[in-house]
Amino acid sequence: MIQLNVNGKLHAVDVAPDTPLLWVLRDTLGLTGTKYGCGQALCGACTVHVDDAPLRSCATPVSAVAGRKIATIENADRSRVGKAVQDAWRKLDVVQCGYCQSGQIMSAIALLSQNRKPTDADIDTALGGNLCRCATYVRIRAAVHLAAKSLA
Amino acid sequence: MSTLTIENVSRRNFLQGVAGLTLGFCLPALAAPAAAGKAATAASFEPNAFLRIGSDNSVTVIAKHLEMGQGTYTGLGTLLAEELDADWNTVRIEGAPADASRYNNLFWGPAQGTGGSTAMANSWDQLRQAGASARAMLVSAAAKRWQVPAAEIAVRDGIVSHPPSKRSLRFGELAADAAREAVPAKVTLKAPQDFRLVGKHAPRKDSAEKTNGRAIFTQDIRLPGMLVAVVAHPPRFGATVKSFDAGAAKRVKGVVDVVRIPSGVAVLAADTWSAKKGRDALTVDWDESRAFKLGSDEILARYREMAQQPGLVAHQAGDTDQAFAAAARVVKAGYDFPYLAHAAMEPMNCVIRLGAEGCEVWNGEQLHTGDQHQLAGIFGLKPEQVKINMLYAGGSFGRRASTQSDYVVEAAQIVKASGGKAPIKLVWLREDDMRAGYYRPLFHHALEAALDANGKLTGWRHRLVGQSILMGSPFEAMMVKNGIDAVSVEGAANLPYAIPNMRVDLHTPTDIAVPVLWWRSVGSSHTAYSTEVFLDRVAKAAGKDPLSLRLELLGDKPRHSAVLRLAAAKAGWGTPLKPGAPGTRRGRGVAVHESFHSYVAQVAEVTVAADGSLKVDRVVCAVDCGIAINPDNVRAQVEGAVGFALSAALHGEITLKQGAVVQGNFDGYPLLRIDQMPRVEVHILPSTAKPTGIGEPGVPPLAPAVANAIGAATGTYPGRLPFSSAELRA
Ligand code: FES
Ligand code: FES
Repeated sequence: MIQLNVNGKLHAVDVAPDTPLLWVLRDTLGLTGTKYGCGQALCGACTVHVDDAPLRSCATPVSAVAGRKIATIENADRSRVGKAVQDAWRKLDVVQCGYCQSGQIMSAIALLSQNRKPTDADIDTALGGNLCRCATYVRIRAAVHLAAKSLA
Repeated sequence: MSTLTIENVSRRNFLQGVAGLTLGFCLPALAAPAAAGKAATAASFEPNAFLRIGSDNSVTVIAKHLEMGQGTYTGLGTLLAEELDADWNTVRIEGAPADASRYNNLFWGPAQGTGGSTAMANSWDQLRQAGASARAMLVSAAAKRWQVPAAEIAVRDGIVSHPPSKRSLRFGELAADAAREAVPAKVTLKAPQDFRLVGKHAPRKDSAEKTNGRAIFTQDIRLPGMLVAVVAHPPRFGATVKSFDAGAAKRVKGVVDVVRIPSGVAVLAADTWSAKKGRDALTVDWDESRAFKLGSDEILARYREMAQQPGLVAHQAGDTDQAFAAAARVVKAGYDFPYLAHAAMEPMNCVIRLGAEGCEVWNGEQLHTGDQHQLAGIFGLKPEQVKINMLYAGGSFGRRASTQSDYVVEAAQIVKASGGKAPIKLVWLREDDMRAGYYRPLFHHALEAALDANGKLTGWRHRLVGQSILMGSPFEAMMVKNGIDAVSVEGAANLPYAIPNMRVDLHTPTDIAVPVLWWRSVGSSHTAYSTEVFLDRVAKAAGKDPLSLRLELLGDKPRHSAVLRLAAAKAGWGTPLKPGAPGTRRGRGVAVHESFHSYVAQVAEVTVAADGSLKVDRVVCAVDCGIAINPDNVRAQVEGAVGFALSAALHGEITLKQGAVVQGNFDGYPLLRIDQMPRVEVHILPSTAKPTGIGEPGVPPLAPAVANAIGAATGTYPGRLPFSSAELRA
């Protein structure tokens, strides 16, 4: 049994310790907002927060995050920054297929939690690992700036 | 325009006490698999079932097309809500079940499907009529209730009112009455100046659930007792399973079963990770005696060889031989295009459950009817016993429109091989998805232009070599004529330029066993490049400005000319570019292309560094897609198309080595990242023409516009995609 703290709830999960956090979230806990895109830390679709820092859950064995504070997209609207990011995303209709967007949003929240006035270069660094096949990047950038403005 | 018959199903249901106005029969929410069961199959033969109004004022539009990011749910809802005069905030969209008798694509005859950027165009009249009919029924119900003439009644934002007596009712309050009204035989649609949603800003309907993790994709489905299947596929196309050892796989905790299927060996487990571990633990001996073993280099060498000989003529005008014989100057160039993977962010997957009455599918798919037939064949069912619950697709770009239903069939084969005991979710991992084929075909193009002594373009020869997408597919009869696959030459055979002598011919190699498929913008993904880049070479040879030459040759093509002019004006064509950092070279390039009856021109600005690395700084787009139903979505689609096309131009290449696909994940097949995304401006030409496609038409002009900008900056017009920085070094 591995003890997990996900979105403020404690879970004891009976999975092989090498199971990536991603599949525990999705298959065991039913938190399907976190997506599988590559399984190799190459696309960012599976981004969650562990102790408030962004992490690729597909490349993180569940045993490595036992007891730590894990937050997923399902939890995003519980913080002021998270709400601001979601609102900006909706205001600008950023999403297309939407499959990458949980990861984009989790990366954006992590950025804005650290840096309330990100430059374009800061955005490139923080979101450079989040691929969007629909290439919604123009609006992602605009939405991060809009969220930053609303938090100012 | 044909008049539709819309049957009022709820009229019949009303007698049984069903409240609410329904045009046609409606399903419970498809995204909730538990709810989709018996009720859904009760009455499924009613045509044009697009709307449900609840007594709670909810307005549900049933969308017959797949939402894969292109905004179709929002667009379809807009059309209906416009004529219904609904309150956009109360409109929700529900995916239609697979039923071609009600939900066929009106451009595809009796087939239901999404593709070719046809969703809005084929629904334009249909859904507005559905909305107008329902509105008329609400009005006539109100007229009866209030005992006033219908002509005195107004409808706006979901409220039916009688201004003279200041009475009003919400849709929900009239729904039960309206359900008893006859469907009007004829309705009058709004004049464009009366539109309140079309052409205005109607926010996307899927933004909320796609930003909080609640949107349900196939990957997210979990049914009671469901097993996840991960498959070992052969390393080469055409190889088959000789034998396999499942011992180690079966010892993986969570693995339930290992079954042989025509396309490989499937490991079934309680969860995805166990299934993957089991798959990785399999030992499979493959029979490669009939496998395809050529590499992409060899394929390309063959194509170049074939291009030496004339092919089947796809288009001919004037006397090309004479034009070339008389030419003062001949310009020649060859262009190579790689195989491309769609690489949708959600790898292919499919959920199937076999039951006593048929099979039920949860999937995002573009070709519902074709998939129904394939599955019916496998399970020995009637197509209508294959129920498809349409979910969001995490991208597709054509991949979920497999002409052979490949991954859907694979899921069904697993269900069959495992005895149909448990519902199966087939999951392709990224590597499975990228190596499964169904690529944009590799192509070689050879072009020649004849110029007379005044630099006038007098002759054009264009030869294409590449696999056919449609031969051997259910679309062959419709779209392959005299050996010419229409989508191999689209964009080339219908070149818009007035050139007196033209010949376009095609070689279609049939011995290349790499599965190929449409990839966002299909033939135009390569023909726009070769024709538009070559035209810049011609302009250069003739000493003409690329924009002026195009406008000169587009004399009788006003829509092409208009988007070109608009893009050029907005981009400041003809004004000097700001110089870049020392050692860099900057350039501006233009391209125009028509696809799916929409016209797009783009002007790209690039900076090329001394080491040949390339930055696309800005892309200015002008679009004529007829009436822009949702201008913001038109902009979004074109922005996305620019990024999608640039991704291919910079990085996109699937290569084969002795038949095996080299790339497996995003390290080998990189996608465009945010730091490589240019600034994009989209300008929409005002139009009163019927709406045409927008999901794809933004793709074709991008790579040639960038290549022409590179040419302007460096003098080199890249002859292959993706661009190679070696070619662009100072
Ligand atoms: S799924 Fe984790 S980075 Fe791609
Ligand atoms: S919105 Fe489709 S991958 Fe990003």
